[in-house]
Formats: sequence, structure tokens, C-alpha cells
Amino acid sequence: MTPGERRRTVVGLAFVSPWLLGFLVFTGYPVCASLYYSFCDYDVLSRPVWVGLLNYQDMISDSVFWQSVRNTLLFNLMALPLGLVSALTLALLLNQPVRMRGTFRAIYYIPSLVPAVAGAMVWLWILNGRLGLLNQALEAIGFSNPPQWLVDPAWTKPSLALVSLWGCGNTVVIYLAALQGVPQSLLEAAMIDGASPFRRLVHVTLPAISPVLYFNLLIGIIGGLQVFTSAFIMMGGAGPERSVLFYAIYIYQNAFEYRHMGYASAMAWVLCMLILVLTLMASRLSRRFVHYQGE
Amino acid sequence: MRKVSKLLVYALLVVGAAVFVLPFAWMVVTALKPIDQTLAQPHAWLPRRFEAPIGGRLQEVRPGGFVTEPSLWVLQGGASRPVVVPQASVWDGAWHPAVGAPVPVVVLKQVPASGTGAWIEVSDLSGLSSDIVRQSDLKSRVSFRWENFPKAIKSMRHFSRYLANTLILCLLNVAGTVLSSAMVAYGFSRLEWRGREGLFGLLLATMMIPFPVVMVPLYGLFRSLGMVGTLQPLWVGSFFANAFNVFLLRQFFRTIPKDLSEAARIDGCGEFRIFWQIILPLCTPALIVVGLFTFLGAWNDYLGPLIYLTDEHDLTLALGLDAMKSSESGATEWPYLMAASTLVILPVITLFFFAQRKFVEGIALTGIKG
Repeated sequence: MTPGERRRTVVGLAFVSPWLLGFLVFTGYPVCASLYYSFCDYDVLSRPVWVGLLNYQDMISDSVFWQSVRNTLLFNLMALPLGLVSALTLALLLNQPVRMRGTFRAIYYIPSLVPAVAGAMVWLWILNGRLGLLNQALEAIGFSNPPQWLVDPAWTKPSLALVSLWGCGNTVVIYLAALQGVPQSLLEAAMIDGASPFRRLVHVTLPAISPVLYFNLLIGIIGGLQVFTSAFIMMGGAGPERSVLFYAIYIYQNAFEYRHMGYASAMAWVLCMLILVLTLMASRLSRRFVHYQGE
Repeated sequence: MRKVSKLLVYALLVVGAAVFVLPFAWMVVTALKPIDQTLAQPHAWLPRRFEAPIGGRLQEVRPGGFVTEPSLWVLQGGASRPVVVPQASVWDGAWHPAVGAPVPVVVLKQVPASGTGAWIEVSDLSGLSSDIVRQSDLKSRVSFRWENFPKAIKSMRHFSRYLANTLILCLLNVAGTVLSSAMVAYGFSRLEWRGREGLFGLLLATMMIPFPVVMVPLYGLFRSLGMVGTLQPLWVGSFFANAFNVFLLRQFFRTIPKDLSEAARIDGCGEFRIFWQIILPLCTPALIVVGLFTFLGAWNDYLGPLIYLTDEHDLTLALGLDAMKSSESGATEWPYLMAASTLVILPVITLFFFAQRKFVEGIALTGIKG
């Protein structure tokens, strides 16, 4: 390195030093430590004791662990497609030449800003079995025995999916921005060729925004596997018959309620691997379905 | 055809908007109701105030049940409150319930339910005295109980402390994140040096790590530093740059022409001064976006405070609101809970209206460039 190069490197490193330090202390060290703990019996109070693969073996035989996996997957199978399709539909509607588009956009977007705790309180009240607005409305239109949304294990996951749907405005705005970037020339060309609105959507619009569809799907999967807050607050943890004991909630319980920090770390690593695999799979798929402009 | 589809678009948008607004509306009207009106079924939309004469004096009352058959308003020996019983079940100065022995009663009032309009039972707010009145004597009007808000604050017990903690965290997180992320983004975008790309790749890779992976060792770390139970674990990290924000700001920094820095360098301007006095002021819009989302993140955070804050006197608003729900033994006081929720949501919505464009730009930026 020439002296000039060395100087530049020193200055560059100086500028990124906050992140570099933070990386070492708040990411690098914890990642290594948690990998180590995942092979240990550890309760934070005493030193970790090496137990080899025991935590991972325990996971296989732990029926609650499997229940949390099932719950998480089932919830996401409901919430993810529902959220993505609803958000896309709303964005397509908002992308029409409508009046008061800004107002509509604000209305759809604001719920996604609401603090999770406050949102959870509001939905606890709306979904309350006897007094809730939803069930009173259902009773008023003739359902004499509406579901106990928060109590019946069959309904807790759909209820939470509904709550998450309320916060889809974030995704709507992302889609809307992408839709406004769809080349007008392509749409006009398709129109001149006599393509119906539906065919224009499928053959022009969707391919044009496919990178954003892909991005939202990926973010949705990664976030969905870590779903925690609204379930934890609304159901006080695992919910009736552990029906909303999601993966991240079980990790939290192991770490901070049972003090099985080693087991919690092992679960976290399995999650990390799962996310990695799903992301790789998605990127494989994306090669076939995602079109980047200018390629 | 064109007109029909346009109408359909509006119809769908309006219905959707109504569904999205409904929870807010329901929260606010509930926050303004007296508790008994949230327990009555079916609910009235708006909070009301009922007035009726009890013992000849007009006062605020709680309506009870309607009287549907000819009945008597009777006082049992030893009881403090009269009750309604069917006329047919009273004879010889005693009430004969369907099950059990007859009870001697004093008849206070006769209620001929069929005839001159329905009768309704009312009780005063203390619940100590009650009466039975014609429905036409029961006056009701819409009346908002603003006093629920101070009551909700009081029932959260340490509200001012929670608010102060939350604001401190918001302030420190915004300051820390904006300053450190801007500095790091500068190093990754406007300086050329060896190893830059490699380190930036590492930074991007850290975004993939799910929080649960680092959760346990971080807790151990802060515990060994004696910081658990204090606010420190919740803001210290923000001064060490956040990968996502670095990425965002780097995209923005790159759009500023290189010549600007070169000219400053030739004039003998130091690198930090170029960053601080030339580039940062040009990037204010992007910095505001980062600050805005950091503020929201800190205001809304639940899991962080849940892990690190242990003293119920010293929580954040989010945890305080949660505690308010769980501390209610038995019946939840929905109006207070909704009033407190409104108070927690209000700053966020206010912020949105002041910075609407920034929000939308920011979101679109994260989506497209991400």
C-alpha cells in the first residue's frame, strides 16, 4: 500500500468504526456466543456447561417444539398469502385514477404505524367473545353462536391473521410505488394490441413489479417466522391449548421464563438455518419468475 | 362499462377504508363511554348520558332491564334495594318465588307493563338507590366522558415515568442512529479505500441474522454489565449504526456528485468537515426519514423493554399499557384501556400527518431499493 492508500484506508475505517465496533460487540460476539450456548446447558446465572448435541436432540423429541413449528407454519400459510394478495389488490385499486388517492393511501397506511401493544388492545376489545363489536355485529345479522375468537383454539390463528391484515398498509405503499414505476408505454402497447385489463395485469403489470413481489414475499417469510408481539400480548403467551405458541414465543419462554438459554439458542439457530434455506429456495424460484428491467 | 368499473373501484376503496378506520373509531368511542355502557349488550355506538327521576329527584342513572309483564316493585324485609317481581307471584303480602320459600315484601309501586308504554328499571350511579320509571321519563343524550382520559392515566399509575422513559429512549435512539448511521454510510459511499466492499458485504449479511440468535448473549452481556433493569440496553446499541439505515443512507449519499467533495478537498477541507458541513446538510431529507422510522421503532418497541425492564415503576408506555390489561383482575375496564391506547397511538398519527410525504417516500425507498 502506498502512503496515500494507507491514509485513505485509515480515514475510511475511522468513518465506519462505529459500525465495526458495534458489529464486534453486538453482532459478532453474540452470534459466536449463541452458537456455543446452543451446545450448552446455560441459565445465565451460572457458567454454561457443554452438553454437545443434547439441545438439538431434545428439540426432536419435544412435542411442544413441534407444536410451535406447526403453529407458525399454519399461521403463515393463512396470514402471508392473505396479506400479500390484499395489499396488492388495494394497491391496484389505488393505482387507478381515483380522487382523494392521498386520503385513501393514508387511511390504509396508518394502521401499520400503530404500536403493536395499542393495536392488540383494540383488537382484544373488538374480538371479545361476548362484548366485542365483531360478535355483536354477527349476532345482529343473525349468527346466534358466533366464534369465540380469542378463546376457541380453532379461531385464535385466524384472528391473529385478521389483526396482521390490518397492518398491511406498509406493503400497500411499497406495491403502489412499484406500480407507478410500471412503464406506461408497455401498458399502452398491450392496450393497442387489444389485451384485456386482466391480461394486461398478468402479462405486463405483474412481471414488471415482480422484483417487489419477490421482495415482499421474502420479507413476509422472514418476518412471519419470527411473529411474536401481537400473539404474545393478545393471548398472554401461548394462547388456549398453546394454539398460538409460535416459534419465537417458545424461544422467548425458554430463554426468559424457563431460563433454558441453551435450548433457546439452539432453537434460534434452527430458525436461522430455516430462514437461510427458505431464502435460497426463494431466490432459486425468483430466477424463473422475477424480471429485472434492463436485463 | 367504463363507468361501472370506476364505480366498483370507488366502492371497494370506500368499503376497505371503512374497515380500516373502524377499529380506530371503536377505540375512541369506547374510550369516551362510561364503563357500564361497554358491558351492556348490544352496544350503542355513541356514549350516552341517561337521566331519570329517582325518588322524585332528576339525576344521572344507569338503565336496567325493561319490565315486560305486569309487575310489582317490592322491597323485601331487610333488603336495601327494591326488586321487580311478576305481579302474579305476589299474594298475601309475600312474594312466592318459583323456587324456595315465600318472602314477605312491601309493595312500593305497581307496574302495568302492558298498556301505557314500557317501564324500565333504573339505578343511580352509586347503585344504592333504584327506581322503576316509564321509558318516556328516561331522558338520554349523547355525552362524551372526557374524564376517562385522566382516569386512564391515573390507573396506569406511573404514567409520567413511563412517558418520560419512552421519550428518552426515542430521543437517544434517533440521535444515535442518525449520527452513527450517517457517518458509517459516508465511509461506505463517499470514500474509496481498500476492504470497503468486503466490509459492506459483511454489513449486508448481518441484516439476515434473526434477532432471536443474538437475543440470549446480548442479555447475558448487558446483565454482566449491570444494565438489566435500566434503559441502557435499549439505546446503547443505536450509537453503533444500524445496518439497514446505513444501507438506506448509502444509497442516498451516492447520488451526490463526487466533484463536490473533490472541490472541498482541493480547498484543504478535512474529511470530517466535508461530511459534517457539506454532505450532511444535503442529505437532510434522507436523515429525516431515518430519524422518523427510528422514532417510531423506539416508541412502538415491545420485545426490547419486555426483556430488559423489570421494575414496574420504571417501564415504557408500551409495557405500561400491556400491564394495564393484565393487572385488571376480573372485568377489564375497557374505556380506560381504550383511552390509554388512544394516548399511545395519538402521537404516532400526529407525526404521520406532519410528515406524511416523508413516510411514503421512506417506505417506497425501502421497498424498491431493498
